[in-house]
Amino acid sequence: MTGAAWRIELELEPGRDDPVGEAARDALVARGVSMPGEVRSSRGFLLPAALRREDVERAIVDLLADPVTERALVVAPGAAPADGRKRLAVRRLAGVADPEGASAARALRLLSFPLGEEDRVESFRGLRLVGLEDVRPLLAAAARALANPVIEEVLPGDRPLGLHPAPRPRPAERREVPLREADEGRLAALSTEMGLALSAAEMAAIRDFFRAAGREPTDVELETLAQTWSEHCKHKTLTGPVHYRELAADGTVVAERHYRNLLKETVFAATRRLAPDWCWSVFADNAGVVALTDEIGIAVKVETHNHPSALDPYGGAGTGIGGVIRDILGTGLGARPFAATDVFCVGPAGLDPGELPPGTLPPDRILEGVVAGVRDYGNRMGIPTVAGTVVRHPGYVANPLVYAGCLGEIPRDCVDKAARPGDAIVAIGGRTGRDGIHGATFSSEALHEESETTDAAAVQIGDPITEKKVLDVLLEARDLGLYHAVTDCGAGGFSSAVGEMGEDCGAEVELSRAPLKYPGLGYWEIWISEAQERMVLAVPPESLDAFLARCAAHEVEASVLGRFTDDRTLRLRWHGEVVAELPMDFLHGGVPQPERLAELRRPKLAPTAWPEDADLRRLLLAALAHPSLASKEWVVRQYDHEVQGGTVVKPYQGPLGRGPGDGTVVKPRLELSAGVAIGCGLAPRIAEIDPWAGAACAIDEAVRNVVAAGGDPHRTALLDNFCWGDCRKPDRFGSLVAAAEACRDLALAYGAPFISGKDSLNNEYRVGGEERPIPPTLLCTAVAPVADTRRAATTPLKRSGDLLLLVGTTVAEAGGGSVAADLLGLADSQPPRPDLERAPALFDAVHQLLADGLAVACHDLAEGGLAAAAAEMVLGADRLGARLEVEQVPATGPRPLLGLLFAESPSRFLLEVAPADLAEAGSRLRGLPWAAVGEVTADSRLALLAGGREILGVAADELAEANGVQS
Amino acid sequence: MKPPRVLQLFAAGVNCDRELAHAFTRAGAEVVQVHVRELIRRPQLLRDCRLFALPGGFTYGDDLGAGAILGAEVRAFLAEELAAHHDRGGTIFGVCNGFQVLVRCGLLPGLEGVRASLTWNRTHRFECRWVRLRVEPGLGHVLPAGSILPAAAAHAEGRLVLGDPERDLPRLEAAGLVALRYADAAGRPTREWPACPNGSDGAIAGLVSASGRILGLMPHPERNLGPESLPDRGAGAWGDGGEGIAFFRGLLALDRDPAAR
Repeated sequence: MTGAAWRIELELEPGRDDPVGEAARDALVARGVSMPGEVRSSRGFLLPAALRREDVERAIVDLLADPVTERALVVAPGAAPADGRKRLAVRRLAGVADPEGASAARALRLLSFPLGEEDRVESFRGLRLVGLEDVRPLLAAAARALANPVIEEVLPGDRPLGLHPAPRPRPAERREVPLREADEGRLAALSTEMGLALSAAEMAAIRDFFRAAGREPTDVELETLAQTWSEHCKHKTLTGPVHYRELAADGTVVAERHYRNLLKETVFAATRRLAPDWCWSVFADNAGVVALTDEIGIAVKVETHNHPSALDPYGGAGTGIGGVIRDILGTGLGARPFAATDVFCVGPAGLDPGELPPGTLPPDRILEGVVAGVRDYGNRMGIPTVAGTVVRHPGYVANPLVYAGCLGEIPRDCVDKAARPGDAIVAIGGRTGRDGIHGATFSSEALHEESETTDAAAVQIGDPITEKKVLDVLLEARDLGLYHAVTDCGAGGFSSAVGEMGEDCGAEVELSRAPLKYPGLGYWEIWISEAQERMVLAVPPESLDAFLARCAAHEVEASVLGRFTDDRTLRLRWHGEVVAELPMDFLHGGVPQPERLAELRRPKLAPTAWPEDADLRRLLLAALAHPSLASKEWVVRQYDHEVQGGTVVKPYQGPLGRGPGDGTVVKPRLELSAGVAIGCGLAPRIAEIDPWAGAACAIDEAVRNVVAAGGDPHRTALLDNFCWGDCRKPDRFGSLVAAAEACRDLALAYGAPFISGKDSLNNEYRVGGEERPIPPTLLCTAVAPVADTRRAATTPLKRSGDLLLLVGTTVAEAGGGSVAADLLGLADSQPPRPDLERAPALFDAVHQLLADGLAVACHDLAEGGLAAAAAEMVLGADRLGARLEVEQVPATGPRPLLGLLFAESPSRFLLEVAPADLAEAGSRLRGLPWAAVGEVTADSRLALLAGGREILGVAADELAEANGVQS
Repeated sequence: MKPPRVLQLFAAGVNCDRELAHAFTRAGAEVVQVHVRELIRRPQLLRDCRLFALPGGFTYGDDLGAGAILGAEVRAFLAEELAAHHDRGGTIFGVCNGFQVLVRCGLLPGLEGVRASLTWNRTHRFECRWVRLRVEPGLGHVLPAGSILPAAAAHAEGRLVLGDPERDLPRLEAAGLVALRYADAAGRPTREWPACPNGSDGAIAGLVSASGRILGLMPHPERNLGPESLPDRGAGAWGDGGEGIAFFRGLLALDRDPAAR
């Protein structure tokens, strides 16, 4: 115990319901602790000991306590609670950010309490355990049940609690690393010792550079090269040369290709060939930018934040969304974020802790944590999280995926930016600490043994209000024209931000000018720290005072770190002394790229063997309850998906607010009639069977989503996010090449260019000594303008007596990877593949029917096929139903009943059309596979018929219950 | 005629500023935004506005409870100027976090001896969903009493709790301070989830001062901007999409004569 402090615990009054206390009790009981009585929770604060008792009491009344629901326990510095009650305190480890404590300190200063500049306030969670004799025996269980040991500790609450000690400083003199004489073995050892993650060839290239330069590198030069050349920043796998081979099931090579730069020759090449004039910026900036109107563009980016989220789901997901928002703020001269997306891939529900690999959190806890992380960050930023999904698969148990996306609006004349020589390098926002240095590479055990700043700081807690202030001042300064360029501090921190901005000119930085969270950081730590909520700007000298004044008005910290130069050199100083001097050419172009082998084995797949009979009712209800289809309303409603007032097609739709939508539509500017349709697609289960088909189905789904919501297929832009296993292994890389080729093929066929992307290629986990990759997971995000959002479409049925048109053909024998195949336990079989010739005409026809108001409801067919789509249109409506005749379903090939109902053939839609409009709709669909398959009824029920005989009838409420809707 | 001026407060964490300004503008106002630091320096800015508005958001992250820090700041530095604004016949309006601030700083409910707070929803979760608000007699000077104002609720700490509900509720009602109540699809007030997402005492969604010119509510009428804002896109179950702007027109039309009510 150090730093004696006033301790305040604000406990809910007796009789008030206390869900936090109840949850804590449940978690302890689940860990086998026997709990005689209830658990009461409290919000705890540690205040500086120098305050007088009357100050502390005034702080409670004026600021800290709820005036109705809470009562305060006050414990004097150095003392323990005197009431003899048994308590626990859960608090963050030293060095882990504590926004509540920081806010309390700030507010007390604001209200003129006598707090010194160095005085800190810390927050903690208190728990009072009624009827317990001693808390010590349950401390070990509590540490797991009530806290995340990576960032928090559980202490007995009946002892004195003190403030954390100040962090220990690190020596900070210029240090050279002897490299010129190093042999291969020494190079490899150095890369490991310093945590550089550079390959032998890369280390050798660096050694050769410094041999030619006639000097040894400094530590910060090596760190800078390691950051800039990292897979995360450089995407060496996707942009490097590949030797790709396709193997038949018996191992014979059936096809072979070479790529010099995989991404450039597949995904980029398609974009370049399409080259539409509505793409304003592609693969060049922090996000891609497409036109919404002639004056306003939409910037879109999707990022992943997988490994940090596995360690600390809440903090990881929060910093993930925080990071992608900064990508949008750092696009062009800054785009204004107006929507966010999130997709989570986690292990199956309800796994027993015994089935989990060591050190792994249960999937349900991970999901709850990441949802809460996105919720608390996104809601505080005021950005509606409007689209996304949750995928569950055993392959994600030890390696969950967290995708976070953001969309921003940007005036056309703000799309281009360039730092100019002489511009000041200005950092704004959060302070720099040891956060995220070298990423979260520390094990939880190591953290536990030495819970000091150095290690615990590997995990980051987001501070959304700091980021919100950065957003406010940035957009204000942009509109005043106060800077030339901006970018975010993401991976690699200042090193990447300044390095990228200065790539074409040069930059000089004095590292001692960076404001620090606490003293004692080494200069290289400052340079590569990944502390959140920071942006870097190029501000011309004549605007500097005005810019700094705007920052001061918004209480945003701003520091001039240095200036951009014209000598194409990156120069770093530490208190004046040069500690790094690297030519930009070597920094950005010096990384060696050896050819890698990629192999794809193509098994022979049989047509899907649908059983002759099945209990249709059970299968449909099970499909609606399957994790892929089950209502995500519990997630969506925790997000403020309506903030900013522009969410005009909502994720959950209809009069009861429970009908699952396809795409969502958001208006970035309330005064305009145009909006943006947003869709997501991913098909990891299909990709496991056939990576090309999996990627193609993911893309088709994303496009279907935006088209079904009213988006224009001729103006649809795509984003790719590849999450794969370790692609240094040829089999992992082989499936990645196939997926990249699918991206190229579909982009060209659909006329839908990719405009941005990101990859995460090291997602492996160990089972019994064997390394296993996650399922190949391409997330495709689609965005498309909706010219007039009044014509946007939703899925719930609208009017009894209307007709239901099924557009697109069903290939029943390609049911591999489908939800029904999973539920029926079928062996892997042919997966669905889009018909690249026909799909664009289908999208076009559906779009025209919606734009002209001929179709009044539209739902794409996805997981669960026709049966699930029809069920969802019914459960989203109020007092309406649907009757469908299976024999009318347009199909290619054999017509097994289960296949017609549950196959997941892409490029299909179910449309509601008034009888009077049928002839016109039919003429629009001429030449395409379509049929009137049923009608809207007035009986709140889904009925399926085969040859006129009802084979299944389910009430809407029963469908809703199976789907797990909330209300 | 000069449009009425709305002075809209901005602070770190305010995030419903755009839609609120849009709704006031559509309702005929001229909207000026001011940062709380600036307003504390220049409180005279309040003198030329008809209505002072506190938008939704998470001021200072709501790190110490919803609206706690801004509420303490307003009470410490702006209480007198706001009282003067009100005495001049001005209106004060807070939505969501703005309502939390008004309650936290003591402007609402403003009835001697009644303690009130906006605390965690009974579900203990942030929840975003459309709700129906029944206009109570206390708000009859803004919208027809008994009519329904559809609005988007989006909060975690929106449950109105009273120090002594059995004693305080009748007092609030008798004084005409209950402005809006959560209602079910048939228009009946309810505390039951999901029609009432938070479990407020008396199903209260909004409070109004005895003068009728200090008003706060949790759900967001400024997100009800037309048929396409509604869950059913104007099919009828959620009104016709005109109720939101009508509410703001009513606010702007409040009589400036303090004795008029």
